[in-house]
Amino acid sequence: MLTDKDRIFTNLYGFEDWGLEGAQKRGAWSQTKSFIDKGRDWITEEVKGSGLRGRGGAGFPTGLKWSFMPKQNDGRPHYLVVNADESEPGTCKDREIMRHDPHHLVEGCLLAGRAMDAHAAYIYVRGEFVRERERLQAAVDQAYEAKLIGKNNVHGWDFDIIVHHGAGAYICGEETALLESLEGKKGQPRLKPPFPAGMGLYGSPTTVNNVESIAVVPEILRRGGSWFAGLGRENNTGSKLFCVSGHVNQPATFEEEMGISFGELIDKHCGGIRGGWDNLLAVIPGGSSVPCVPGDKMRDAIMDFDGLKEVGSSLGTAAVIVMDKSTDIIAAIARLSYFYKHESCGQCTPCREGTGWMYRVMERMVRGEAQKREIDMLFEVTKQVEGHTICALGDAAAWPIQGLIRNFRPEIEARIDQYTHNAKAEGAVPSVAAE
Amino acid sequence: MSVRRLAEDKVQPQEFAFNADNKKWAKQTIAKYPKGRQQSAVIPLLMRAQDQDGWVTKAAIEHVADMLEMPYIRVLEVATFYTQFQLKPVGTKAHIQVCGTTPCMLRGSEDLIKVCKSKINEKPFETNESGTLSWEEVECLGACVNAPMAMVFKDTYEDLTPERFEEMIDEFEAGKDVKTGPQINRQFAAPEGGHVTLTDVPAKATKARKPAAKPASNTAPKPTAKQKAEEPGAKVKTPSKTAKKAAAKADDAEMKTPLFEAPEGQKDDLKLISGVGPVLEGKLNDLGITTYQQVAKLTKKQIAEVDDRLSFKGRIERDDWKAQAKALAKGGADEYRKVFGKDPR
Repeated sequence: MLTDKDRIFTNLYGFEDWGLEGAQKRGAWSQTKSFIDKGRDWITEEVKGSGLRGRGGAGFPTGLKWSFMPKQNDGRPHYLVVNADESEPGTCKDREIMRHDPHHLVEGCLLAGRAMDAHAAYIYVRGEFVRERERLQAAVDQAYEAKLIGKNNVHGWDFDIIVHHGAGAYICGEETALLESLEGKKGQPRLKPPFPAGMGLYGSPTTVNNVESIAVVPEILRRGGSWFAGLGRENNTGSKLFCVSGHVNQPATFEEEMGISFGELIDKHCGGIRGGWDNLLAVIPGGSSVPCVPGDKMRDAIMDFDGLKEVGSSLGTAAVIVMDKSTDIIAAIARLSYFYKHESCGQCTPCREGTGWMYRVMERMVRGEAQKREIDMLFEVTKQVEGHTICALGDAAAWPIQGLIRNFRPEIEARIDQYTHNAKAEGAVPSVAAE
Repeated sequence: MSVRRLAEDKVQPQEFAFNADNKKWAKQTIAKYPKGRQQSAVIPLLMRAQDQDGWVTKAAIEHVADMLEMPYIRVLEVATFYTQFQLKPVGTKAHIQVCGTTPCMLRGSEDLIKVCKSKINEKPFETNESGTLSWEEVECLGACVNAPMAMVFKDTYEDLTPERFEEMIDEFEAGKDVKTGPQINRQFAAPEGGHVTLTDVPAKATKARKPAAKPASNTAPKPTAKQKAEEPGAKVKTPSKTAKKAAAKADDAEMKTPLFEAPEGQKDDLKLISGVGPVLEGKLNDLGITTYQQVAKLTKKQIAEVDDRLSFKGRIERDDWKAQAKALAKGGADEYRKVFGKDPR
């Protein structure tokens, strides 16, 4: 288990002062000027060396992403956009950062801004996080007042932070949809290329990063990239905020070293599975968009990018949704299908029509009111939605269903048998029909 | 995709105007964005209009459009696209948004919805008889470790039980202040019964802690002897440099063993091949490819190997590197222009 001195978010539970004074006492905003003075290449190299992979779900190396920003300024301003549109079901880590450790994020914005030659950052907070946004804005105001950011600040790098917000659209967590929304339009993803690093917000070079990716940067620079790289496994370095929800005894958000086993994670932090390990049915290990994994495969699974790939899933946002044997797994996944139907932006036909279609079939599967051949048809349709849309929402809608069919097909078939059996008993289906 | 329409004309008010405070606030908000980009303020402004009136009226949409010099249709699009905007009147004392997505569903949000149906109205978005309360089922509100939860206007109410939820609804109806956050004895997202981590940060040791935050509950594991023993040691866990280097080397070895023997003499500027940037050039050099000749002479099998090693996903063939390299090898940029009718890069 990670020791507290290696934890980055030391006020995760809000026991202490979130404000500037408290944050400084916990180490924030120290040595910042020296990092800024060392220049953009040094910061980028240090972050590259730490092996930090984006914490928003895709796991793309953060330092590498920063290095895509143009080296020479062609007259257009550079922008950093922080994606605080945390809406992936199961995920609630950025919320804790924004309301209890906001100065990590503010300081991270300044440093990341320096690394990409940006003088302005926009933080896009999801609309539902009203109190979190107010807290973050207060922290930004404190930083302005103390001249830590703003024009002619003590760090010698002019930097503005604008806290913006959305209004309840999951799709705005997709980076180009977020930029559209930030420009005051419907949040419909853009075709790539051009990539945001070439043409993003207001047509200028932009990098979009997750809150957690940015908020860990100051600590990485203070303690050195090698410290962060020393945690976890090769290619899966560092510590990470995990949010465990569902059927555990004590659901919680906490910071843990990457590469911890699932068993340890649950036993140490969450008081075990409700009803014991034998009662574990399935786990969605990385937020709703990743395939579920049957319980028996999960206990020894390694909780990092590569470890979860081995069990046919993904780390995603490290939002672990645990389901015990009381769960109707078909209904649980059908509810996710409803979620994606609700949140599809309507731009690409396979997703707009497909998510609704998949949800309607899933609804019948929950009742068992289906034919067994429809299971294959459903699988086939998920394959046709997957990869045929501009953004990954189509994929995200397809994967949970694929995971369900791959791992729990007997369950679905039993439900269909049960329904047919009941229907026969009630006389809805004449039992002589076959003759 | 959710299809949403404006409320019927008979409930739409004729006019909308921000009050003095909001007008001032709106001006400041618009000024936050670069000149000419005032459209960015559309969501914050509509949200403020909703805060003021309780819902987004047609008049408000038009007013905001005028303020931002946007066509009405663009603002209407935004108002109907984002589901947080209420397009018809909701309960004046509370509009209860119950999260129904899977993490909350697993912890019993379906029971909360039953409570709403029996206590407020069978249908979502419809108010109770006195018009004070309404409800809806919303998608994940991002407080999954505190499931099940609901949101009322700006605040969240977490770790609910149907009993507590019923009480809460009564409190809203009576106009009382309702406790926000977790409704059980719990510190935000920390595990119920006491937090397991963040117990031994030096700065905290001297600080008196609230009774709710016992260092560790019975079920929570105590720090092991090994961890305790480690604590007084070095401040920061730093892996030994040699170990790190060795690991990095092993990784390098796998990815970078040259496939080809780099020819003697000067390297060509591979970046002139459309599709190759500085990064790819570096990777190709690592593989031993440094000249146009080499690229031009790649066999199918070699292409597959290079493709596989550097995960180009078929780019070599798609961008036709071979033909490009052939031209470049033959007569440099001039020949390239002749063959492809454009400048290299």
